Amino acid sequence: MKTLALEPVEDDRLYAPAKKVYPQSVKGRFRRLKWGLLVACLGVYYLLPFVRWDRGPHLPNQAVLIDLANGRFYFFFIELWPQEVYYFTGLLIVAAMALFLANSVAGRVWCGYLCPQTVWTDLFLAVERLVEGDRRERIKLDAAPMSFDKVRRRVLKHFLWLMIAWWTGGAWVLYFSDAPTLVRDLATFRAPLSAYLWIGILTFTTYALAGFMREQVCLYMCPWPRIQAALTDQDALNVTYRYDRGEPRMSVKESVKTAAAGLPAGACVDCFQCVAVCPTGIDIRNGSQLGCIQCGLCIDACDTVMTKIDRPTGLIAYDNDDNIERRLAGKPVVSRIVRPRTILYAAIITLVGGIMTYVLATRQMLAVSSLHDRSPLYVVLKDGSIRNNYAIRLSNKRPYVRGFQLSVEGLPAATVQVADEPAEAVVIGPDRTREVRLLVSVPADRVTAPSVPIKIRITDPLDHETAVASDHFIAP
Amino acid sequence: MSHTTEHEVDQATGKTTTGHQWDGIKELNTPLPRWWLWLFYACIVWSFGYWIVYPSWPLVSGYTSGILNYSARGKLAEDVQTANAIRLKQAEGLENASLESIVGNVQLRGMALAQGKAAFGDNCAPCHGSGGGGGRGFPNLLDDDWLWGGKLTDIQTTITHGIRSPTDESTRVSQMPAFGRDKLLKPDEIRAVANYVRTLAKLAPEPKADLAKGKTVFADNCATCHGNEGRGNPELGAPNLTDPIWLYGSDVETIVTTITNARNGVMPAWAGRLDPTVIKALTVYVHSLGAGSGAGK
Repeated sequence: MKTLALEPVEDDRLYAPAKKVYPQSVKGRFRRLKWGLLVACLGVYYLLPFVRWDRGPHLPNQAVLIDLANGRFYFFFIELWPQEVYYFTGLLIVAAMALFLANSVAGRVWCGYLCPQTVWTDLFLAVERLVEGDRRERIKLDAAPMSFDKVRRRVLKHFLWLMIAWWTGGAWVLYFSDAPTLVRDLATFRAPLSAYLWIGILTFTTYALAGFMREQVCLYMCPWPRIQAALTDQDALNVTYRYDRGEPRMSVKESVKTAAAGLPAGACVDCFQCVAVCPTGIDIRNGSQLGCIQCGLCIDACDTVMTKIDRPTGLIAYDNDDNIERRLAGKPVVSRIVRPRTILYAAIITLVGGIMTYVLATRQMLAVSSLHDRSPLYVVLKDGSIRNNYAIRLSNKRPYVRGFQLSVEGLPAATVQVADEPAEAVVIGPDRTREVRLLVSVPADRVTAPSVPIKIRITDPLDHETAVASDHFIAP
Repeated sequence: MSHTTEHEVDQATGKTTTGHQWDGIKELNTPLPRWWLWLFYACIVWSFGYWIVYPSWPLVSGYTSGILNYSARGKLAEDVQTANAIRLKQAEGLENASLESIVGNVQLRGMALAQGKAAFGDNCAPCHGSGGGGGRGFPNLLDDDWLWGGKLTDIQTTITHGIRSPTDESTRVSQMPAFGRDKLLKPDEIRAVANYVRTLAKLAPEPKADLAKGKTVFADNCATCHGNEGRGNPELGAPNLTDPIWLYGSDVETIVTTITNARNGVMPAWAGRLDPTVIKALTVYVHSLGAGSGAGK
């Protein structure tokens, strides 16, 4: 065991200053993939509120809309009511399992390619590069004394950042209201205060998180790297420095000499390109680590260098330590994408997805619930018959008016009555719910027990759709 | 904030230690980012703003009110006022509509029922019960037996003017004499008629009851208001004595007490306490409780 040595050290006691990271631009297949995903994700985010979907005259025609005021969530052909929000549980399970599955196949795919923090940071970095230049120029500019050029570049950069941040906040609020109308109201300053407030909040968070916080979010704020570290296994493919090939590091010239002397010479030329391009500022050659979001940009950087010096690419690649050890031991590498955990995750996704699809496809477009009067539980009428009263809530989930037939099962002698309207046609508006008062009377001599279970049924006589609520008929 | 102090360096990790140690185990220094520290300070500074702007520090009698003069109670009063303004605006439709047209229109009816339910809970429930089930001496509003009539207009009149209300000239009035207390009937006559009244409702009389005498007493004293057959009269608020619904109870002793002292229950007139629109809403709500049953045409 190594011991602790006592020596004087320059030491920031409890708080470390953030070291600014200057990621260098890079070209390659992972960079291209990231650009593609960036355009796709942001394109969907910014434009989706404007996509229309016809739902008839009574419902909004926005494809994706969270209508908080009316308690409805619209997603293309799906419309959810507040009592159906539990469907999101399934969605959350599928999302979590997809995250775990991706993790067990290829590590932090979410972090590196799809996480909003990564995507917006990437966009902000692109703007920074456009205005202030690449890594070297940015380091120089930061160190340079104040000048007109520096101020000009800084102002332009922050202006562009704020514009993007503002659009981000702006797009967010469009999901909660009719997008074209809200855009018009926002422009003419007639939109509700909350809209401006939310745009302001999200402008600020986007600007702060993508412009300044960047990798600090991944390192200090996000729980997923911690969870991921506990979830991963030895077979998952992570962005890995193949030290079996790379070590010992030396320059091209030196490696020729070393090889000539019959000593081992590594392929890594210690050019630090992998560190320079890293958006979180880590050195992948230190192995798998919390700071690595596995975006693959170091792979692109290394491959570029290896191509230039005529060495095979893939010194950094999606791989794992087990395979490195196998290669060192002269054994063939093993790729185990299909293994118990990936099968389990995929099975859960399929199962939950299947249940969700089934539930959604067979869900009823009408609903009835019943609440028996508590005080009093029953009423005696003039002729001695017993009456029970119920508050019945009927829901019509179709986008047109429907009339429901209300009937009671389980009480052969019952008289069924709805306050102030006929029980044969209780009219409920399109996409609406309504409460009616149901009165059920039974002659005294036909009352059989103090409590009789009954079923309250509603039926749409046109499409024969029917729903049932269970309750009791209570007598003295 | 960087010090040059002597700190041990753990050679396994290359990290310094914090100097804390427990049972020889030393803590590595894994520093938090500096921005985190500044956020913490910023929060402290922010709290000073709260002290200045909002009520915060307790004083001996009271508290520092803050420059905004904010008060949660004041905010509530404001919200209630706003809500009332909105409610009254929505009730405009009820103001000019007739009771029949309110009941006939789904939208107006829904509004009236909602408002009526709230008003019932605030004003009527103490006597008639939260569900309208009533109690001893307080009529059940869910059944089909109405002392003063169960049509919409009957209910509206009852709520507006009350029953035997000393404050309203148009109140509903009738007075059953205190037959025993005022010596109009002798105790044996009262007991006889009480037993006779039970037979009207198909309840068993006492074994030695003089029903013939009771019938005569009833015809001479009670039939004027309650009718020859005891079916009552809503014009006079005279209860139907033939049904199983008894406001005070149907046992002989209770009926004897009722005849001896009379009951003459009182309900306040709500005109002046509630605005006419609320009374309309209450009417529709109370009428819906029994779905208008027993109201007659």
